[in-house]
Amino acid sequence: MSDKLDITLEVNGRGYEARVEPRRSLADALREDCGLTGTHLGCEHGVCGACTVLVDGEPVRACLMFAVQAEGRAIRTVEGLADGDRLSPLQQAFHDHHGLQCGFCTPGFLMLATGILEATPDISDEALLEVLSSNICRCTGYQNIVKAVRAAREQMRG
Amino acid sequence: MSWVGRPLPRSEDLALLRGLGLFTADAARGARRLVIVRSPVARGRVIAVKPPPGATVITASDLEGVRPIRALLHRPDYIPVDQPILAADRVTHVGEPVAAVMAPSLEEAEDIADAVELEIEAEEAIIGIGAALEEGAATVHDNVPGNVLLEGRIETPGFDDGMATARQIIEIEIRSGRQSAMPMEARGGSARIDRASGRVTLTCSVQMPHMLRTGLADVLGMREADLRVVAPDVGGGFGQKMALIPEYVLVVWAARHFGVDVAWIEDRRENMIAGFHSRDQVYRLRGGFDADARIVALEGDLCCDIGAYSCYPVTCGVEVLMAMGELPGPYDLSSYKVRSRGVTTNTCPMAPFRGVSRPVMTFAIERLMDTAAARLGISPVEIRRRNLVKEFPYRTASGVVFDAGSYVESLDAAETLIDLDAFRKRQREAHGQGRLLGVGFAVFNERSGFGTPVFAARNMGITLGFETVEMAMDPSGHVEARIGASPHGQGLKTALSQVIADELGVAPEAVRVISGDTDRTPYGWGTFASRSMVIAGGACKLAAQGLQVKMARAAARLLQADADEIILADGEARVRGGGAAVAIAEVARAVYHSSHLFKDDFENALTATATYDPAGTFSNACHAAIVEVDRDTGAVTIERFLSVEDAGRLINPMIAEGQLHGGIAQGIANALYEEVVYDRDGNILTATLADYLVPTATEIPMIEVHHLETVTDASITGAKGLGEGGAIGAPAAVINAVCDALSPLGIASYEMPTTPQRIRALIRAAEASVP
Repeated sequence: MSDKLDITLEVNGRGYEARVEPRRSLADALREDCGLTGTHLGCEHGVCGACTVLVDGEPVRACLMFAVQAEGRAIRTVEGLADGDRLSPLQQAFHDHHGLQCGFCTPGFLMLATGILEATPDISDEALLEVLSSNICRCTGYQNIVKAVRAAREQMRG
Repeated sequence: MSWVGRPLPRSEDLALLRGLGLFTADAARGARRLVIVRSPVARGRVIAVKPPPGATVITASDLEGVRPIRALLHRPDYIPVDQPILAADRVTHVGEPVAAVMAPSLEEAEDIADAVELEIEAEEAIIGIGAALEEGAATVHDNVPGNVLLEGRIETPGFDDGMATARQIIEIEIRSGRQSAMPMEARGGSARIDRASGRVTLTCSVQMPHMLRTGLADVLGMREADLRVVAPDVGGGFGQKMALIPEYVLVVWAARHFGVDVAWIEDRRENMIAGFHSRDQVYRLRGGFDADARIVALEGDLCCDIGAYSCYPVTCGVEVLMAMGELPGPYDLSSYKVRSRGVTTNTCPMAPFRGVSRPVMTFAIERLMDTAAARLGISPVEIRRRNLVKEFPYRTASGVVFDAGSYVESLDAAETLIDLDAFRKRQREAHGQGRLLGVGFAVFNERSGFGTPVFAARNMGITLGFETVEMAMDPSGHVEARIGASPHGQGLKTALSQVIADELGVAPEAVRVISGDTDRTPYGWGTFASRSMVIAGGACKLAAQGLQVKMARAAARLLQADADEIILADGEARVRGGGAAVAIAEVARAVYHSSHLFKDDFENALTATATYDPAGTFSNACHAAIVEVDRDTGAVTIERFLSVEDAGRLINPMIAEGQLHGGIAQGIANALYEEVVYDRDGNILTATLADYLVPTATEIPMIEVHHLETVTDASITGAKGLGEGGAIGAPAAVINAVCDALSPLGIASYEMPTTPQRIRALIRAAEASVP
């Protein structure tokens, strides 16, 4: 297991070189090798969704993908959402609607919802709720997350 | 214009939303990793621990001079037990630490941990309250015969006479399954050593940093000054992160012993099997009711499974004694008799979890009320209305004093909002179509913001309670408040900045609140028991008032006015009645940079320190739920959920409602979904989130929150705590609603969670008994 591989990960438009064991998860590579610790690990068995990132635009559990599988693909993480201090519409909506408390699950929800709103801007309330049920939050009771994502959807539709 | 009372968005958000928060695992990058080898056996004798050659593996014999963890309660009916840092001769629950592996990376440490051979002679495990209390049962600890660690009793004078006046005696037995607080961020600690001084900084995901420093220093036999504990961003806690645990002892020990930086980051499986559980309780209740459906006497026999050890610092008494002292809830009752026992078993130890025993107590008393209402032929609302406490202050049968609340008003409001008459009509129509609809209520109060007077009465070895705030204004007019409380995601810093801003006439953005660093903050007790807003908020108000006096004196000197004429508002110090004004920042700068002007007035610093240690205040609420039960699957859909809440003055209504939403979601989980399940050998069958069912966005309904405001003088900000309330009332409201829905079938549930399987079992049994 110790034979390491040299890979380059493209994260938020920037290349990161890393030397990883084949068993290294994408989440661990992002956190430990790229220093992008905004991607959080909540369960490491693919249920909670805290580690959700976008790979070629699709929400992916970064704890269930190997880093080597992500080579050559466009990865987006929470660190890539804001433009400097300017929050994305979805981040701003989370702030305005109190869509986060401890903030541990938040990066996963932001990436999940960013992925779905970009792919399906006119998603219905019902379908949106179904998508948001992919991830777990322990603080908010989901109310304000749902409100925030709906508000961002309206704003992104213009 | 007041900042208090406004739904101000949180200052905490901006880092968290951009992925720039700093959680413990983030602080651990680059450190060596510690992986714990845990017992796969619930009860047994350790024969040998065999590490692979060449590996760094710590076992009990390495920890010479390290003391076990011992939680103390100064009561004759409490037996202290020692919790070892690493099991030496015996293991007492699955998941107990037996050895610790240190390696440069997590992967290497995990590989080595897999190769550590444990030879443990398994013995029959004691799983569950029933097994522990059986005549002749084996013991979990040699010094605890009968497995009862704590037994408390209360009996009011003339109890039997009181019960004898009852026209109708209702007996029920309720059970609560085991739950995990399941914070999204599991626990973890990262110890960094300063090689020059030998001083260790432990960054860890905790709610009580100062207490942890003391506990670690005591166990490790080191000077407290040689240890700094930092709670960075904490990803939820809900009570699970209050305790001193062996893992933190091990990381600090390893950092000092090996002279390296080392971290332990708990994974979800560890958290589920060894990260503290809660709520595993069985109560038997007898309620005596008179001809007017008034409760005249209540008798309770309460058993709390406290697991293998009593958790430090609060002890297992936290569940047992709270249940004993506060079982009658918000109901007026003079004859009370109770026995409450803490029972030790070969299972994961218990720690407080949002509400501690209150969700179970409320479930018990509210099921009793509904059962009595059905038996006596009156409505669930009416029986509550007749029995709720109406006059304040009120002294309970166990001697607890309730300050003013709105118990009946909250019930009345909930009845109106839910439109009970219209619902009953709809319910009858639905029954006609074979559908099962039900409504449930739960009225409760929540003891919040209690300081040392309450904890002293519990005779804990460590009396928790006060909070201190150190406040300073710098020469630029910005305020720093260093608090002993330690938030873990609630938004406390934003709310405190609103309290401080109002006193000092500055904007909340001009206030920086510092928490969770024992080098930077005064000794305090952290966050638990719905206390932070009341106690830390009160201390902030007092300190800000102290600072306000100094500011007024300095401004008076600059404006050539009297200090009592000065008001601080909108960033200015001005003379009352539209007189001269000076910017607060200018006053602050003058105090530091032109100190000669104020020499005879006060020292050259704008600082103030205050401590607040209140006796506590009770918030209250009524929760109401409408549910539909699917007869064929046992699934429950919550159609509507509302809370009428009275937490006094709301400092930040947005944050308050967020707390209620989250608490209610956890309460719904408690009512319908979440349960830690052990097999007979003490293995956990629910060690993943695929088995331990935390609800998602599709299970939690939209929650309606309505506020009442009773002004109390028991809290100097007027705020009452509400952090736990959501979790306290929701299980009873939801299960009462389920039982109302099932009432046409003649069945009811007295168990939480009331899962689909349990509902189906009740329905099957009812159908089988119909000829």
